[in-house]
Amino acid sequence: MKTLTASVRGLAAIAAMVLLGLCFSPQPSSPAPAAPANRLQINAAGATFPYPIYSKWFDEYHKVHPNIEINYQSIGSGGGIQQLKAGTVDFGASDMPLNDEMLSQFAFKLIHFPTVLGAVMPTYNIPGVIQELKFTPQALAGIYLGKITKWNDPAITGPNPSVNLPGNDIMVVHRSDGSGTTFVWTDYLSKVSPDWKRTVGSNTSVRWPVGLGGKGNEGVSGIVKEIPNSIGYVELIYAVQNHLPYGEVQNSSGRFIKASLATVTAAAAGAATEMQHDVRISITNARGQDAYPICSFTYLLIPTKISDPAKRQAITEFLHWMLADGQNMVEALDYGRLPKPVVTIEMKAISQID
Amino acid sequence: MNRRTWRKVVNGVMLGLTGLCALATVSVLFFILGYLVYNGGRSLNWAFFTQLPKPVGEVGGGMANAIVGSAKLLLVASLAGIPMGFMGGVYLAEFGGRAFPFLVRYTADLLNGVPSIVMGIFAYTVVVLPMHHFSALAGGLALGAMLIPIVLRSTEEFLRAVPQTLREGALALGANKWQAISSVVVPAAFRGIATGMLLSLARVAGETAPLLFTSFGNSFWSSGFNEPTASLPVVIYTYALSAYDDWHRQAWAAGLVLLAVVLAANIGARMILSRKMSSARG
Amino acid sequence: MAGSTLFLDNARPGRPTPPGAAGRVRSWMRRLASGDEIAHLITLIFAAGIFLVTLLLVYELYRNSVLPRHKFGWAFFVTSVWDPVFENFGALPYIYGTVVTSAVALLIAVPLGVGAAIFLAELAPPRISDALTFVIELLAAVPSVIFGLIGIFILVPFVRSSVEPFLKSSLGFLPLFQGPMYGVGFLAAGLVLAIMIVPFILSVSREVLLAVPVEQREAALALGATRWEATWKVVVPYARTGILGSVFLALARALGETMAVTMVIGNDPKISSSLFAPGYSIAAVIANEFAEAPGALYRQSLIEMGLVLFILTFILNGLARLLILATTGRGTEHA
Repeated sequence: MKTLTASVRGLAAIAAMVLLGLCFSPQPSSPAPAAPANRLQINAAGATFPYPIYSKWFDEYHKVHPNIEINYQSIGSGGGIQQLKAGTVDFGASDMPLNDEMLSQFAFKLIHFPTVLGAVMPTYNIPGVIQELKFTPQALAGIYLGKITKWNDPAITGPNPSVNLPGNDIMVVHRSDGSGTTFVWTDYLSKVSPDWKRTVGSNTSVRWPVGLGGKGNEGVSGIVKEIPNSIGYVELIYAVQNHLPYGEVQNSSGRFIKASLATVTAAAAGAATEMQHDVRISITNARGQDAYPICSFTYLLIPTKISDPAKRQAITEFLHWMLADGQNMVEALDYGRLPKPVVTIEMKAISQID
Repeated sequence: MNRRTWRKVVNGVMLGLTGLCALATVSVLFFILGYLVYNGGRSLNWAFFTQLPKPVGEVGGGMANAIVGSAKLLLVASLAGIPMGFMGGVYLAEFGGRAFPFLVRYTADLLNGVPSIVMGIFAYTVVVLPMHHFSALAGGLALGAMLIPIVLRSTEEFLRAVPQTLREGALALGANKWQAISSVVVPAAFRGIATGMLLSLARVAGETAPLLFTSFGNSFWSSGFNEPTASLPVVIYTYALSAYDDWHRQAWAAGLVLLAVVLAANIGARMILSRKMSSARG
Repeated sequence: MAGSTLFLDNARPGRPTPPGAAGRVRSWMRRLASGDEIAHLITLIFAAGIFLVTLLLVYELYRNSVLPRHKFGWAFFVTSVWDPVFENFGALPYIYGTVVTSAVALLIAVPLGVGAAIFLAELAPPRISDALTFVIELLAAVPSVIFGLIGIFILVPFVRSSVEPFLKSSLGFLPLFQGPMYGVGFLAAGLVLAIMIVPFILSVSREVLLAVPVEQREAALALGATRWEATWKVVVPYARTGILGSVFLALARALGETMAVTMVIGNDPKISSSLFAPGYSIAAVIANEFAEAPGALYRQSLIEMGLVLFILTFILNGLARLLILATTGRGTEHA
């Protein structure tokens, strides 16, 4: 009997150790604050490009519907597509619309829901240069192909006669993860540079001729901020929020355009009619005097069949909310609103989810 | 004579250099601690421990969910890893034969050397893919697999350190072998074994790589063990690589908390051990 | 604590054997009831479980990397193309980055670690030596993500503004120290790794040195050697294999290190002669791309690299343990 108590004591002590492991954190594992009884967590992952507005939306939506939590992890568009395909998230998000071949790899059907318009811009950090630089498409392609290596290269100084550019090496920064921002950027470079199209192409991740990689829009803007003489490409809001200077880019009508709500919206102006047939369109290098050339819609990828009725209802309700109230929040975060006709198209598409 | 002085000089210089090496190595820890306290200490506040993260780019918020998430992961890891490591250690120390214990020790060493990122792949293919969920369970199991070899080795070592006479005494009193083990040998080594477990938990508490694609991340609370779960190390990683000053600030604060917990566990464990040793000596 | 409750259940003596069982079974059951057999069996099952977990791990890695093995074969390890668009994958830049950063780390950490170990084992008074060793073991416990944090915010700016300009101006004629100075890159990753592996080299080397018989030192000193000569010419050679073992152990650690390296290496799969250039390591590319790799071939290529990493660390760990064992000579049972 004595042995029994001894071993019981030993075991109790081991159990205590396990508990001690639990009390590791300054705040022991107190249960999460009482959630509503019908609490529902929906998991999503994907693009970092719209991450600021998505996290704002999901936070606001949670305030309106306290029982719905939409957990969005910005692991990149490539990740969103892949994890949706693997079935580990409820829906995905991508800046790159999926082509038919990619869709055929899915075991289920899915619908693209454009959410906002965004712009990708070259951002740079050159000590001593505070002016806005003007970039020609050739300069951007040259820098990213590794053919232009100094800041005082004529291709860069040409459109910027008033700026005193140093002769330092250009530190090229790109995304290290599969990213829709990369897709938009490379899609644009492919349109303006045959060289780029032939040697690199466009995708969420590509074989970069030069440069170092940062993870996420956050990562790239972080590196550009940290490293002098660097250039990177990020979504508009990341440049704005981080006070990074960003350049004007020459559009298809030869004008240098700065990315802004107006110029992004101008780029999407002609898109609505085309989207009647298919929302998966590219609007980089769009026509129009005022169109900023590196723009894109970004998409939520929603499966047409959602077996859990509670999730289905929550997701469709969120989509309705996003197209109405949600759109009112986008401009504060420097994204472009969806054009009205596109909202109508999407409202119809929601009914396909069942 | 000249040669003699030369040798003396070499002696002095080289010995001085080794001292410098030791000093440099030791100072790294204080250097790290100093930076964390300096950068993180200012950012530690009540909100940090009690609030959920704010939407991107908004200042404030905390990482209460990540702190609790880390604790959850450790719970799963302990439940999965400690019994297996402990029982395996008992087997090696008390029952072992020849060939099989060699195999077990060898694989345990192998498991111990597995890069943590590979453990993440393993948990992804074995748990996440079949379950169609990132979950605390997957992350915890990855950490648990890392616990096994550490607990196994320390259990075995501390059991072996128990004097043979204790075992013989118990057997002489008519106890079975297992009775001797469970009532005499294990209790005698218990403090050491428990400390080994604590140390192993401290080690996996800071692991990031196995969690990236297993427990994933969560901007809300996760309930139960079947949902994606935020954890301190992963949050430090994402926040540190972001471009937001406020997130950098929180990453430092989280780093300070994590390091404080890990160091406290280590120091505590070693104090327990040394007290035991001195009492054994005295 | 499933295993432990089993212990308790069987603590009740004299469990009745099921009626009608054959005699042989009954006697076996009696032995079971006495507990020894069952305890043996249970612990054996757990021990076997460890073996099975490891086996499953290897199997999963192997099974999930079939595609690149079929498509690329051995060429996978010598091709330097990493092209997700056209689905061509070669591991060479990652292997290169892993090897280079580990080499840089060893170059710094070995002299530092062995030097400090000599000081702690041979010179410092035991009390101070123990205290310092304790601090160094704490250093080994610092999570790698924290080294990464220090790496990007403190070390990288320092490397960019001081270390690299200095190396460029003094040793710039070497191809190792040329090109643009990013801060992040092979050098920064090597430095962080060096700091991380020093504690391993140090604590193992110290133990190995302490295991050298006192007579060895005394003999050398009696012959008129200085303290340093006795240490360097007698004690260190005696402990050489053990120190080498600690280096292998540290190398295995450096090869598989993920987070800190990912945060400072620059994430660019290029093979460049300059240490200033950004690179990539096996562990870092898995961390960055595994969750998002579209396409089976892409993902499996990453897993195959994981398998390579596993095999490498396996070999190094084995070698290290053999060598350490050879010097400390603690018998085979702790192998």
